[in-house]
Amino acid sequence: MKKIINDPSHLLEEMLAGIDYAHGDKLERIKDTNVIVRKNKRQGKVSLVSGGGSGHEPSHAGFVGEGMLDAAVCGEVFTSPTPDQILAAIKAVDSGSGVLLIVKNYTGDVMNFEMALELAEMEGIEVDQVIVDDDIAVEDSTYTAGRRGVAGTVIVHKILGAAAEQGLSLLELKELGDKLVEQIKTIGVAIHAATVPEVGKPGFELADDELEYGVGIHSEPGYRRESIKSSREIAEELISKLKQEFNWQSNERFGVFVNGLGATPLMEQYVFLNDVKQLIEAENLQIEFKKVGSLMTSIDMAGLSLTFVKLTEQEWLDYYHAPVQVTSWGG
Amino acid sequence: MLTTENTVQWLTKFGEIISMNKAYLNELDSRIGDGDHGSNMVRGVEAMLAQFEAMEFNHAKDVFKVTAMALLSKIGGASGPLYGSAFMEMAKVAETNDLVTILTAGLNGIKKRGKAEVNEKTMIDVWEPVCQALAENNLTKSIIDQAVQATKPLKATKGRASYLGERSIGEIDPGAMSSAYLFEALLAGELIDG
Ligand SMILES: Nc1ncnc2c1ncn2[C@@H]1O[C@H](COP(=O)(O)OP(=O)(O)O)[C@@H](O)[C@H]1O
Ligand SMILES: [Mg+2]
Repeated sequence: MKKIINDPSHLLEEMLAGIDYAHGDKLERIKDTNVIVRKNKRQGKVSLVSGGGSGHEPSHAGFVGEGMLDAAVCGEVFTSPTPDQILAAIKAVDSGSGVLLIVKNYTGDVMNFEMALELAEMEGIEVDQVIVDDDIAVEDSTYTAGRRGVAGTVIVHKILGAAAEQGLSLLELKELGDKLVEQIKTIGVAIHAATVPEVGKPGFELADDELEYGVGIHSEPGYRRESIKSSREIAEELISKLKQEFNWQSNERFGVFVNGLGATPLMEQYVFLNDVKQLIEAENLQIEFKKVGSLMTSIDMAGLSLTFVKLTEQEWLDYYHAPVQVTSWGG
Repeated sequence: MLTTENTVQWLTKFGEIISMNKAYLNELDSRIGDGDHGSNMVRGVEAMLAQFEAMEFNHAKDVFKVTAMALLSKIGGASGPLYGSAFMEMAKVAETNDLVTILTAGLNGIKKRGKAEVNEKTMIDVWEPVCQALAENNLTKSIIDQAVQATKPLKATKGRASYLGERSIGEIDPGAMSSAYLFEALLAGELIDG
């Protein structure tokens, strides 16, 4: 393992200190916690809290600020944060209008956030949650913990963040969130696994000439391993999976998001998007937004994911384009 | 008989066994999970042991409550809320001083929080047979060992290991192993009336 770190067990602490130093004008770390909140909190709106294990930067602290999240709770690397930390975030951001939790669908995250939700309710705070499960690589939820939450979560942050800023109530946001999640689907591909610093070796081994489709953002196994393909062929595979899920018709409206998993350069992400473009054109879909960048990473995993959002409501697009003041959403 | 004192001794012993087996639990979790179960558990039991050092307890109930909060706030991942819920539920019925009642409450706490049942390849596959054996007054080390081994042929349908499907078969469930340490520690104390 070769990484620019110090003692791996201090990594979370040191990263948070760095974030605090870099973005202290916009963000604030709640004392004695691993919670990052926005500095100029607006009163009278529903507050949004997200979070999860660390290692997915800029998720989620990079999306804290006006128009997106009010707080991000940072767990240990690839480990869900604990209920007391989540509760601290909820209490810090609630301004009386309630708090919505945005949770990626992993057993640990779901249970820790749920316990925090129960604790907050006991303290008289109104809380609800939206669970994101956009990873279509997992086919069956009867025999698994269900579809995982991956890159689509960032789109949920953006759309719900704008909606909250415009004054939607907790109930309205919850409904919007649940409806939106149904229309977001993601599928990924990895060409090299991530190395968790405390573990010291990659989560799985792929030969130099291999790729694996459907890998999760914590190196959960995918659905097929084969020899490395061109960007165009990978795009064909991922699009065919998405097509199967959406069963789309020509002229339907979509947003497209190519997400780098950590070690795949932006250059390759653009090459890939260009291949996606050609395939979409052949399908006659109407593309309303495109996003490219490493927003939901998996430490140093090489690979990318492709997210499609079916825009069944015009407001979703308006929320998507609404102004935002966070460190990592990009242009 | 469960007393304040032997409860602290039991859980202290549990903490020691967990710490000794950190690497092994990580190794088990790296085969069918993400390799952190040992590290997660050690963070939890260290916080628990620090609380035991710093506090005086009047009743086993308080020991369970402090344990629940320590585990809940330090473990994280899936096992944190599960162990946290178990000890929280145990605290609620600790005044009965009846070990079977207490551990059954813990088991139900885990089931409720994790929405899992037996044979899904989780810690429940150790808690359930242990509670049963205790109720029949014949909990032994070999019953605990058997329960752990019995998780091997199971296919995981809950938690992270479920994503492996068939590939989860043949390995011990890490949470089943850490729970086995809890009950080995119990056997080592004088809590069970013979
Ligand atoms: N739904 C569930 N019900 C009961 N136990 C579970 C459940 N999900 C996971 N577990 C237990 O948690 C253990 C994994 O814990 P740990 O590695 O600490 O958390 P994570 O899976 O989040 O990394 C598993 O071995 C299993 O025994
Ligand atoms: Mg684990």
